[in-house]
Amino acid sequence: MRRVWIVVAVLAAALCVPAAGISSGNGLPSKIGKGEGALNLVAWEGYTQKQWVAPFERQTGCKVNAKYAGSSDEMVTLMRQGGGSQYDMVSASGDASLRLIYGKDVQPVNVKLIPDWKNFSPQLKSPAHNTVGGVHYGISLQWGPNTLLYNTKLVKPAPKSWSLLYSPRYKGKITVPDNPIQIADAALYLMRTQKSLGIKDPYELNSKQFDAAINLLKTQKPLVKKYWGLASDEIDLFKSGGVVLGASWPYQTNTLAADKVPVKDLIPKEGATGWADTWMLSAHAKHPTCAYMWMRYISQPKPQAQQAIYFGETPANPKACPIMDKLAPGSAAQYHCGASAAYFKSIYFWKTPVAACGNGSNDCADYTKWQQAWTQLKG
Amino acid sequence: MLLLAPPLLAFGLVYLAALAALFVSSFWTVNSFTTEIEHIWNLDNYRTLPDYWPVIRRTVLFAAAVTVTDAVLAFPLAYFMARVASTRSRTIVFVGVLLPLWSSYLVRVYIWRLILNEDGVLNWALAELGLPHVHVAYTNVAVWLVFSYVWLPFMILPVFGSLERIPESFLEASRDLGASGWLTFRSVVLPLALPGVVAGSIFTFSLTLGDYVTPLLAGSGKQQFIGNVVYGSVGIANNVPFAAALAAVPLAVMAVYLLLARRLGAFEAM
Repeated sequence: MRRVWIVVAVLAAALCVPAAGISSGNGLPSKIGKGEGALNLVAWEGYTQKQWVAPFERQTGCKVNAKYAGSSDEMVTLMRQGGGSQYDMVSASGDASLRLIYGKDVQPVNVKLIPDWKNFSPQLKSPAHNTVGGVHYGISLQWGPNTLLYNTKLVKPAPKSWSLLYSPRYKGKITVPDNPIQIADAALYLMRTQKSLGIKDPYELNSKQFDAAINLLKTQKPLVKKYWGLASDEIDLFKSGGVVLGASWPYQTNTLAADKVPVKDLIPKEGATGWADTWMLSAHAKHPTCAYMWMRYISQPKPQAQQAIYFGETPANPKACPIMDKLAPGSAAQYHCGASAAYFKSIYFWKTPVAACGNGSNDCADYTKWQQAWTQLKG
Repeated sequence: MLLLAPPLLAFGLVYLAALAALFVSSFWTVNSFTTEIEHIWNLDNYRTLPDYWPVIRRTVLFAAAVTVTDAVLAFPLAYFMARVASTRSRTIVFVGVLLPLWSSYLVRVYIWRLILNEDGVLNWALAELGLPHVHVAYTNVAVWLVFSYVWLPFMILPVFGSLERIPESFLEASRDLGASGWLTFRSVVLPLALPGVVAGSIFTFSLTLGDYVTPLLAGSGKQQFIGNVVYGSVGIANNVPFAAALAAVPLAVMAVYLLLARRLGAFEAM
């Protein structure tokens, strides 16, 4: 009798190869079947390192082929090309994920099949950048804040506020990222300092609020030495480019500190913007079962900790914190692993600006406007 | 004729068809949210071009400045190679001119960062000489220097070619008729070498016009070139139609430039 069941199960799995396991009523797979032997990923550079990919391949037999993308927009483009079936998954950041969801490039994911999902920080279980109307379009991966980086010898007293990036005190010694989403940093600062503008969310700006943010950035422009495009640009600028203050990621802080440059970073009192990445499943994935296996694997504490340390970011699964400390003592605290609700509240995660925003009047500046304004700001 | 067909076909398909596709897409538009191209014919992309006038003007001015700089630098060197140097030293100079072309373009741009940085080679040398510190890194001056450096070989070679082709007898005749060295240079050498300079300028001008790497890496990011805006429109906003419209600008500029160059005889010198 038992033999028969196995045969039936194998047959059923074979019939349902395009879907993962057996579909339940809502179209989501209800269990993870046998892998297809391959998995094609679009990822940020450094997200598919051998040290955590090799064990996955051994356990599941799914051979991982990764294509690194240089920007969120490249990720969106890659997931759409060739009918969208070329890649199974993408490690999309918040400024790309909503575009993929509304563009129908990704499909809903059954989080019940990912045991570690329950262990995630509550803020990352169903965040607005990957969950729409209660439907999950992926599994949170890692996150991090956009910090204020400064040279401890040359910036005294230690900064507490983003205001230093907008005041002439360090004119010509400032660097900020060359990215339209940077407008949100200005909006966040205005949200705290100019209450009369009524900004509630730095990604949802009506034309008056948007213009105010752009005007603030215009006053910042003469203070800026360089708008950095690559993390290595900012590292160079702090090392020998005469820059002492800048908007940054923890990655640059670590690299500079390792090179004995006297730097520190902080989240200023106004709070900060941040990124949060999600593994999303292509709507036309050829290897959905391997994709579920990958989501299950990459959410586990150990690979979460390995990736967090390698890249300098924070795991979505706080169970990774003790492992981080074992791999690199002090790293859990350094990256705010298992951060408190108050800390999360101070971070406004990147999301794609859309016209139809929270105020219900459809008058917010959309991403194309952000991009045009940014290009024109740079001159 | 049969042998010529495959390359001609490839050229037609790959090059001209791509240009045509580019031109056609510049009349389309992009859905601002999904960033997918919508095939609706309109002129909006061209209407927004005037907003980018400062960028266009800057790019053309830089291309002109770099061309003049390279012409001034290349002429004496090419003259030395063509008419003064022995065969042996000519070979050495040739290798010296071509050597940078064998290394990666990126490496050459990054090297300039090391030179121009706050504590770079330039400031070190100035300090040794007791001269004041300069802040050149990540400025327009840096962009101009790097451009002039990376495109210099493209000017030297055609100028060298045209100078080498001037028959020695012309110069002797000029001297025999009593012309001074300066007069010979002005009324014999320079007119005969001009097509070479113009040919070189086609390279330096068009290469500067289309480049985006040097402004990105050596510049402040505050002074964009046409190439940077095109790159941003494609890479950041996924707005290919607008990028195509903007890319038509250097094409138009180059078309005018090539017409002028042809009148000056540059094509015979290439």
